[in-house]
Amino acid sequence: MVHYLCTMENQGWNMNRRQRNTASWITLFVTPGLLIVGLFILLPLFMSLYNSLFSWNQLIRGEFVGLENFRRLLGTYPYRERFLNALGNNVTWFTSTMLIQNTLGLLFGFLLSRKIPGSQLFRRIFFIPVLFSIVAVGFLWGIYLKPSGLLNNFLDLVGLGSFKMPWLGMESLATPSIIMVNIWRWVGFPSLVFLAAIDNVPVECLEAAYLEGVSEWKLFWKIIFPLIIPAITIITVLTVIGSLNVFEQIYTMTGLDGAPNYSTDTIGTLFYRTAFGSIDAGSPEIGIGSAIGLVIYLLTFAISLASIFVTKRSEVQL
Amino acid sequence: MKKLLIVSLLLIMSVSLGLFAAGASEQADDTKDKTVIEFWTWRPEDIEFYDAQIAKFEAENPDIDVIQTAHKNTEYNTILAASLSGGSGPDVFQGRAYGGLATFADSGFLEPLEQWLPELKDYSATALLGATSPTDGKVYGSPAVSQTVFMYYNKGVYEELGLSVPRTWDEMIRNFEAVEKAGYIALGNGAKDGWTLETMLGGMGPAIYGGTDFYNAVIKGEKNFLDPAFIDMVETMKSLSKYLPDMYVGIGYEDMRGNFINEIAPHLIAGSYEAAYFRAQNPDLDFGIFAVPGRKAGDPAWVSVYADMNFAMNAASEKKDAAVRFLKFLSSKEFGKAMVSELKMVTSVPGVDASSDAFISDVLDLQKHATPYLFLVGFRYNQPTGSSLWQAAAQGVMAGTLSPREAAQQVQDGIASYYEPFQK
Repeated sequence: MVHYLCTMENQGWNMNRRQRNTASWITLFVTPGLLIVGLFILLPLFMSLYNSLFSWNQLIRGEFVGLENFRRLLGTYPYRERFLNALGNNVTWFTSTMLIQNTLGLLFGFLLSRKIPGSQLFRRIFFIPVLFSIVAVGFLWGIYLKPSGLLNNFLDLVGLGSFKMPWLGMESLATPSIIMVNIWRWVGFPSLVFLAAIDNVPVECLEAAYLEGVSEWKLFWKIIFPLIIPAITIITVLTVIGSLNVFEQIYTMTGLDGAPNYSTDTIGTLFYRTAFGSIDAGSPEIGIGSAIGLVIYLLTFAISLASIFVTKRSEVQL
Repeated sequence: MKKLLIVSLLLIMSVSLGLFAAGASEQADDTKDKTVIEFWTWRPEDIEFYDAQIAKFEAENPDIDVIQTAHKNTEYNTILAASLSGGSGPDVFQGRAYGGLATFADSGFLEPLEQWLPELKDYSATALLGATSPTDGKVYGSPAVSQTVFMYYNKGVYEELGLSVPRTWDEMIRNFEAVEKAGYIALGNGAKDGWTLETMLGGMGPAIYGGTDFYNAVIKGEKNFLDPAFIDMVETMKSLSKYLPDMYVGIGYEDMRGNFINEIAPHLIAGSYEAAYFRAQNPDLDFGIFAVPGRKAGDPAWVSVYADMNFAMNAASEKKDAAVRFLKFLSSKEFGKAMVSELKMVTSVPGVDASSDAFISDVLDLQKHATPYLFLVGFRYNQPTGSSLWQAAAQGVMAGTLSPREAAQQVQDGIASYYEPFQK
């Protein structure tokens, strides 16, 4: 009996030790990640919240003003106009990216999954631009889209000279041009994600469908599409985040002021300009800038959650 | 075998550590008795110039070492603000003028300089205005250079076509048409980069809106930007678009300069800061300058002038004595002369004979009808600045999406949101 109790005690001690060991290992692996998230994401977020609640005299924090900076941002001229204009451009980014880039990505992913000749090569070609630095892409396309740039010269060459445009200089064309460049760079990513998702659709389902004589169109919409909803969720959430955080493309192609006449301004460039100032835009307004930063975060968080919720409802479990 | 490898690695590490430590201590010995000060600029293109000047200063002050760091112009303010806010940053640095200076001065990051540099009282009031905080009236920078905005023209093309420097607006337009007929782009400017439209305003605007009289009137609130003279100026600027390059709304700053340097366009409205670059890029280019003339022969031909750069001292610097000695060097006639002869800039240092350089001499000649650079000098202290409002509105006008009146309204409403004389 005593022996039994001792064994039990030993076993308990061993289990505690093992649990302690496991806990130590988990702590060891999780701590660096937590530190990075804490230092570079949570701390700036809370600092933004904190800073947005104070008035600022240039770079010096002044008195506590509660939600005054948010009231000015959303309710007074010209902050409100600038913010709504920038947000409108972000919405354009989101809808265009969803409609054009992700639809193309789905199409490319499906075609690549059909093992058409050269699909291995196309897989790589589509993905190459994703690996390019966003700043380099913006800078180079900025040159290509000049009035005397590559695109206009190409249009001349193929006899479409009448379509030559100052792509980045016209208010109506500047944002769509930058969006197209971004789609060119990024379409390979959703293509590969959708390809991987389509490749993971169980072969039995597809074989059964083929035996039933289902057309490719029906096969895609009735079987493949419902089974790749998780991938669509991921891409949608990433598109939301990407569209609300657009900055580098604008900065490199039309500048911090969202030129021409604020037509390419996004809440990212508006935030940077307001919080840190620019040579021409003048003094920084850290309070309002922090408020914009926080609004960007809240919008990203809320819309991402909503899109996860909406797409999850359409998910199909096998 | 493994042990041997580990032992060898440890040996190599300890030897290299020893060598590194020896090198470091040698270096420390070298600078032990010297005061090291940090100096920041936003002019990477002038690194060699400043290196040579620093070498001169160090030869005269062997107890001081100056370390120069040049940051990209467009990122300079952010980097400087971040480091000064963090309690560090350079001891001496290039500081912006007007509103750009006020940002740092009002935050307490700049040392008031009048007590350290009594020679500041000899500077012109115009130069000191750009280095003075409007909040407390103290001088926070030693004024370095002023810039002037005017018309560059290609002397070779003028000679080839038998043209002369215009004395009225109509004569200038006739010159534009003559060069266009000869196959050139009349005026090389573009509208893609908003700030170049502010330069355009600085070059051609005062001739139409009435120079300093209009400036003083809007500053006092007696007139505003809905004044017919200002709207007329916007319309006149738009009327110049037919002389600009094809698809000018897509022509950015670099392309504008390229148009002039490569002799595609014989005219360019730009600042005096371009001259050194033009010479470096095309030494054969023979260019001159003129002030855009008024509508009538007797009207003053205005040029917009602004203080562009100050040398400032970090209020938190622990090496103020050494920093002041370096600041005095940067405020010396010798340094001012070097700015003129090597950087082709109009120095603000009093008593420097700038006329030895033909270009600077011409600039000084045009400055007889100098007027403050409207939005930079008068309306860059609050957000939204006059500059940012004008740049966006002018882009709208040039692209045809805003009428001149709508553009003027956009500027007026933006400035009136904080400028008290406009709120009465």
